[in-house]
Amino acid sequence: MTNAWTDIKNTDLVVVMGGNAAEAHPCGFKWVTEAKAHRGAKLIVVDPRYTRTASVSDYYAPIRQGSDIAFLNGVMKYCIDNGKVQWEYMKAFTNASYIVKDGFGYKDGLFTGYDENKRDYDKSTWDYVMDDDGFAVTDPTLQHPRCVWNLLKEHLAPYTPELVEQVCGTPKEKFLKVAEMISECSSPTKTMTSMYALGWTQHSKGSQNIRAMAMLQLILGNIGVRGGGMNALRGHSNIQGLTDLGLMSHLLTGYLTMPTEKDVDFTTYMSTRLFKPLRPGQTSYWQNYKKFMVSFQKAMWGDAARADNDWAFNYIPKLDVPAYDILRMFELMHQGKVNGYICQGFNPVLAFPNRNKNVASLSKLKWLVTMDPLETETSRFWENHGEFNDVDTKSIQTEVIQLPTTCFAEEEGSLTNSGRWLQWHWAGGSPPGEAQHDTYIIAQIFLRMRELYRKEGGAFPDPILNMSWDYADPNEPTPEELAKEINGRALTDLMDPTDPTKVQVAAGKQVVNFSQLRDDGSTMAGCWIYSGAFNEQGNNMARRDNHDPDETGAYLGWTFAWPLNRRTLYNRASADLNGKAWDPTRKIIEWDGTKWSGYDVPDIAPNAKPQDVGPFIMNQEGVSRLFARGMMRDGPFPAHMEPFESPVENVFNRKMRGNPVARVFKTDADQLGTSDEFPYAATSYRLTEHFHYWTKHNRVNSALQPEFFVEISEELAKEKKIENGGWVRVWSKRGSVKAKALVTKRIRPLICDGKPVHIVGIPLHWGFTGSAKKGFGPNSLAAFVGDANIETPESKAFLVNIEPSTAPKDKEASV
Amino acid sequence: MNMDLSRRSFLKLTGAGVAATSLGAMGFGEAEAAEVAHVRPFKLTTTTETRNTCPYCSVACGIILYSKGDLRKGDKAEIVHVEGDVDHPTNRGTLCPKGAALKDFVKSPTRLKYPMLRKPGSDKFERISWDQAFDRIARLMKDDRDANFVAKNAAGVQVNRWATTGMLAASATTNETAWATFKFAKGLGIVGFDNQARV
Repeated sequence: MTNAWTDIKNTDLVVVMGGNAAEAHPCGFKWVTEAKAHRGAKLIVVDPRYTRTASVSDYYAPIRQGSDIAFLNGVMKYCIDNGKVQWEYMKAFTNASYIVKDGFGYKDGLFTGYDENKRDYDKSTWDYVMDDDGFAVTDPTLQHPRCVWNLLKEHLAPYTPELVEQVCGTPKEKFLKVAEMISECSSPTKTMTSMYALGWTQHSKGSQNIRAMAMLQLILGNIGVRGGGMNALRGHSNIQGLTDLGLMSHLLTGYLTMPTEKDVDFTTYMSTRLFKPLRPGQTSYWQNYKKFMVSFQKAMWGDAARADNDWAFNYIPKLDVPAYDILRMFELMHQGKVNGYICQGFNPVLAFPNRNKNVASLSKLKWLVTMDPLETETSRFWENHGEFNDVDTKSIQTEVIQLPTTCFAEEEGSLTNSGRWLQWHWAGGSPPGEAQHDTYIIAQIFLRMRELYRKEGGAFPDPILNMSWDYADPNEPTPEELAKEINGRALTDLMDPTDPTKVQVAAGKQVVNFSQLRDDGSTMAGCWIYSGAFNEQGNNMARRDNHDPDETGAYLGWTFAWPLNRRTLYNRASADLNGKAWDPTRKIIEWDGTKWSGYDVPDIAPNAKPQDVGPFIMNQEGVSRLFARGMMRDGPFPAHMEPFESPVENVFNRKMRGNPVARVFKTDADQLGTSDEFPYAATSYRLTEHFHYWTKHNRVNSALQPEFFVEISEELAKEKKIENGGWVRVWSKRGSVKAKALVTKRIRPLICDGKPVHIVGIPLHWGFTGSAKKGFGPNSLAAFVGDANIETPESKAFLVNIEPSTAPKDKEASV
Repeated sequence: MNMDLSRRSFLKLTGAGVAATSLGAMGFGEAEAAEVAHVRPFKLTTTTETRNTCPYCSVACGIILYSKGDLRKGDKAEIVHVEGDVDHPTNRGTLCPKGAALKDFVKSPTRLKYPMLRKPGSDKFERISWDQAFDRIARLMKDDRDANFVAKNAAGVQVNRWATTGMLAASATTNETAWATFKFAKGLGIVGFDNQARV
């Protein structure tokens, strides 16, 4: 989230699209209720189902899953055509005026440079015209035909209300009503917030869904302001934290990136990460990359990371592919190329698409280690449960070691919420049986491996033997020790850059925040963006001061928000070119002639003159990007693409399937179904009574929602002779499930591209372990294909068939 | 009853065994004192309160754990109740149907208690000790790493990559656990390393 949950009360319009906050994030959604009750805010819901969020909305419009870009591009076109643009903001704070190279264009659903064999674009024309000094050429008058603004208008031209209706199935008048309500938020004194979740990410073009809304928000001037923003409602309690800390194949901590094979040494690695400003005088904060990277290497390997060995750059593995993401790993596993796997608090049998493939893949492992407080389907994937897990146990040769861990109530530490608040919590209970903390388990395996490498030698033992493991009890690092390591400290006395006779930070002391990190090896910090969380003031994540001066919703004394305790990202954009708030009643920070100050930590250098320095300090341009250059694999503008399994053809290019640059493995391509065999558009969703696959282990939640079902319209039920409450079989090209049918008015058929499209809703909370009745989930059916930029599986849109059926059979009890 | 006492301080008072008469002496009217007199001591007053946050979605509501026994005094502590933290700015004491049933997660009959091993081809888990588990895992990992570590690519560039063992990291563990896990996985050279954010 760019903003915080508590900031939602400041909005005038909430758009929930690609999410269902009332059910999946109920206590956060209360801030929507607050905005409605006390500000007169309106709520719009756009969703294939009439959700519980929709039931309290002011306006609901149906949409076919996987067609969000067409809808959002249509709204952008509506706003521009009707002059509903926050002109001053858009001109000053976006790259609308930047001139794009000749050659860039879009035709037949494809951008310039497409190579069908490589399934990739040559992106060389997707860039700005540069001048002799290396700065981007701009035309602030927006008259130049090749400026971003004019190219964007050209790109959006086809997205008429009629096209939106044809593609999305949203009746034209409903689309126009939504577009009109949204367009009103172009006023500098009206803001809109976007609340989205996996309904936007789990698509083969998920990143572009989000980009489209971000662009709309920029055109309306709603980024960086109170009650505005792009608010990703993250799913798990620390999914934000684990991503911030770089527990991903392509990342290091704090959004530093993993080196590839092209990065033959540290100098080469840094040469592509210099982030020179693209406009004069801009901040381009990533220019500090080297300070964060060297401090990170020092946190990992201490004295073994030195200037004369490239800061132990070789200790970090180099990627030969963009990422060994989960889909690639399970594909490799399926090919028999993976031997061992560790699942820490993760249940891929239910969480990843194409369960049959995943179970077959796990069956090819030599060993699997699971760490979890609860039983999982993954740790018991080898166990036969009749139709619920129809495996041949004897033939599965995988050795499985299941390790019991503590749960939240038995451990201490911080979790990062959607609003980037790092909240420290404390343990209140003793673990059951012999359950142990994850930190203990990780330390034990690490120490034993290190000992084996000491005794036996082996493949490149250096990063293991030299790993910084300087904890009071190496057997179990404490949360405090780890948090301090993440924050970082001075390794030698740091002299004050403005007065070299003075010590700024004494050796061994915590740095105050990342502004004190250096690239000469004199500092260490595990994750630069978290620096400031645990400094010499103490554990700032443990703060619990809930004062909120003038009730802005900022709560600066409550825990710690990254970066630098900043609550609203890009908050300099809440003020105009003279540094005055666009909306005086919603001031965040203002310029007083010499400095920025206000209710939040300024997201700009405190003395940066408002006319000179742009608000988007992480971008080389200093402004935000309506045109993404070559930074997105599937295009600098969002373009309509169908899901890989779609009930209709792509109206821009009827031969094109899915995202033209998304990676599809051969075996998965063969397992994609078509609408003649699988005519119905399925989607997955969550219920308010359950959390993923955990709460089926709880008796209360299992009693509230005991049994797996699928949700269909009355029309489809009639057509297929399905009774409400009767058994149905639902199957895709990849698998089959049996469920009770829930026949509702909440789902209605849509007319898309001239034909009726029926939607099948599949909730995701059942498996074969726990207290609830045994059942299945949508991932038994979903396609094994991911987003072109980040490889998030397309679990929100796939094709199925459905028929009346009988109850599934469990394994017969042995006598 | 119209008493100007916050709910929690009121409960503390009554539970601490303050007699109705002393409440009366503190200025409460007799009616209130009589009311208090027949209220049975509140069950949570003898418990230890611990601040925590809900482990489910990313709203991260504040919660209070109530336990018998105090971990900080070295006791064994049993959680007997969980409720919303009224001081938390986001949820202000409220919880959803998932958060309200958190105690059932802590006490779930399918909570794991012991390390278990499933041998190849077997149809059951067998209990093993932690030492057996750790020694076995370290051995399996080292053998696979030594056999399949890619030190250099075809061009002779050091790549130091281990792709035949992968790891999925949790998304409800703490940042501190995540950092320890990061050091472990990336330090060993594991490239097939992701967390739930990918899904």
